[in-house]
Amino acid sequence: MPKQQVQLRVNGVGYNLNVWPMERLLDVLRHELQLTGTKDGCGEGECGACLVMLNGNLVNSCLVPILQADGAEVTTIEGAAADRDIARIQTAFIEHGGIQCGFCTPGMVMSALDLLKKNPRPSEMEVRAGLAGCLCRCTGYVRICESVLKASQILQEPRSQE
Amino acid sequence: MRADVGAYELRSPSQLHEALTLLSSEHGEWKPLAGGTDIMVLFAAGKLQHRRFMSIWGLNELRGIHVSEHDVTLGSLTTYSEILKHPLLRSEFPLLAASAAETGGVATQNRGTLGGNIVNASPAADTPPVLLVYNAEIELKSLSGSRWLPYHDFHKGYKQILLAPDELLTRIRLPRSTSTFKAEFRKVGARHAQAISKVCFAGLRSLDTGEVRVAFGSMAPVPLRCFRTEAAIRAKKDPATALVEELAPITDLRSTAAYRLQVAKNLLATFLHDD
Repeated sequence: MPKQQVQLRVNGVGYNLNVWPMERLLDVLRHELQLTGTKDGCGEGECGACLVMLNGNLVNSCLVPILQADGAEVTTIEGAAADRDIARIQTAFIEHGGIQCGFCTPGMVMSALDLLKKNPRPSEMEVRAGLAGCLCRCTGYVRICESVLKASQILQEPRSQE
Repeated sequence: MRADVGAYELRSPSQLHEALTLLSSEHGEWKPLAGGTDIMVLFAAGKLQHRRFMSIWGLNELRGIHVSEHDVTLGSLTTYSEILKHPLLRSEFPLLAASAAETGGVATQNRGTLGGNIVNASPAADTPPVLLVYNAEIELKSLSGSRWLPYHDFHKGYKQILLAPDELLTRIRLPRSTSTFKAEFRKVGARHAQAISKVCFAGLRSLDTGEVRVAFGSMAPVPLRCFRTEAAIRAKKDPATALVEELAPITDLRSTAAYRLQVAKNLLATFLHDD
């Protein structure tokens, strides 16, 4: 089976890639495009470290064969960093101790961004459900949930002149 | 052991007819791949039997939720997220929404499909017990035609299903006749999200006629509609005795047979007595 041409827009940049069709989107992002903010954790859709947006939907990039992303728009944590809301979410994580080793953080932040765009004022239970696809082996989740709840408050506040 | 990615083929037909043609041309060679939430896990682990895959993710003919007077028909590629966003499904088929909400996390719900949950044929899947109590029917299609069958006939044994190698599961139909029934879904697992069930229960009970429908996941080699237990309830016999006879749980890494059986009896008793 030969490699195939696949077109992809990642973080607003178009790519023509020559890839194996069953290659995981995760591996293409990390190895071909050197976008290593997206982490390779469990490889089975349990841990959420590889979460990206695929055509606006949060997905585990370890479970997407690259051919299914042909023609798609992908946003990784690096691309999300250009979103003005992300800086506020990150600030909330830092201030509330939502980060320890940082391996799960890209997935947590992508989940938080997805949740807060769909539901700007989530309850604690809604935050827990929104982050349920992410595993953290350090913090025990309490501070991460607090960080997201705080982020939802910060995002409601009027923006300062930036 | 990671798979050698170059050893796998993946094709992506854009039309249903093209997909069915590929399936019929080489029987059993091409394994349909939808959202990948089960197959890609095995792929990464190097445990896939097949080497040739056909992505059906792009087949628009397999998408959409259509409501008619007497039933709701869902394309087999309907995702859990699409179920959760659908107001009528949420109100008339609350068990379907509840099982979708407890399948994986958001990312799994965005990619996992109802059809995939059926044909993957795991006895521990969470939507099959729900589809069983809603008396779902499923459509199987091949180049030579299509057939509808009651979903409860589909699972014949552990991972054995009535899907011919040239057939695709295309639609799932739910009769709109249970909106007034008392409905209960219970998933017992290590956590709500991302966990495979130790026991999964779906129950419907008509408060008018007394009709009871019960199904379990993770309690037999197949997702099981408990017709004999339902008959015992109709005949005013002890439901727990019938249930123990009908179920066949195993001990595995998630739970023990004894625990599963006790929990199943408790779930049924709670469902039958909790008004």
